[in-house]
Amino acid sequence: MLNNKVAVIGDKDSVLAFKALGVDVFDARNTFEAQETLKKLAREYAVIFITEDIVEMIADIVARYKTRAYPAVIPIPSAKGTTGLGMKGISKDVEKALGADILFNNK
Amino acid sequence: MAILNVNPTRMELRGLKNRLATAVRGHKLLKDKSDETIRQFMSYIRENKRLREELENEVTLSLRSFLLASAVNSPEVIEEAVAIPSRSVRLKCGTKNIMSVCAPSIEIEEGEQTDLYPYSFATVSGELDESLKHLSELLVKLVRLAEIEKTCNMLADEIEKNRRRVNALEYVMIPELEETIKYIKMKLDENERGNTIRLMKIKDILKK
Repeated sequence: MLNNKVAVIGDKDSVLAFKALGVDVFDARNTFEAQETLKKLAREYAVIFITEDIVEMIADIVARYKTRAYPAVIPIPSAKGTTGLGMKGISKDVEKALGADILFNNK
Repeated sequence: MAILNVNPTRMELRGLKNRLATAVRGHKLLKDKSDETIRQFMSYIRENKRLREELENEVTLSLRSFLLASAVNSPEVIEEAVAIPSRSVRLKCGTKNIMSVCAPSIEIEEGEQTDLYPYSFATVSGELDESLKHLSELLVKLVRLAEIEKTCNMLADEIEKNRRRVNALEYVMIPELEETIKYIKMKLDENERGNTIRLMKIKDILKK
């Protein structure tokens, strides 16, 4: 089932660099493609990094994998910079667990 | 608070008392579990935040530097250069148990260390080497982030579920059981009193 591999989904500019490292790279040009790719990869890969802008497009599918141990679907910033989605995810977790966002307020 | 739909008998009373004892014990255990899970969660989420803050900058920087480096050469050359990687990333995947949550534990497997650069140095610029080197160091951290972030997701989910259970026990189940037990006791006492009075009456009638 899992073959202990890492995949990256993102726009071409951002993911090409990962390819040289031996990570399997998939580029997605539109929402539909991203959805299909993620669904297909979820069965095979242990860790899937997706660039933030694409995570935003397919948030509902990503949410499906949240409660399972594998695959770990993790947003990463693209070459354009971060949109703050990853941080938002963390603060959402805190809110879910504790009822209030105490980690980010007292800064 | 509504009471359960039961017959006011001694047997029911006994059964309900047992259920109440179980519920109270379960409530205590779940509450303890919730406390400990939250404590664990806090340490993980702090780490998660720190790692992510650190990585978001670095990943963007190194992807940018890769872009810049590849701008020096034509896109075909770059694509050709990275098309066939010389190494592949393998992970050591397992699960670990954190407060009965099956969290993933992921590590990069140390395979045979082949050369990082899959291209010949003649064709591409030196900046590309630099950014690839940086990125390959980042990959280890990225995998660590994946592990921690996933753990946080799952812990948050578990904490939420657990809180619902605790609240259901504390505010619904236990008061309901207590109320019902009280109701049955009153009913039984009432019957007892009724019985005594009846006996006294009969005695009176027989005396006459």
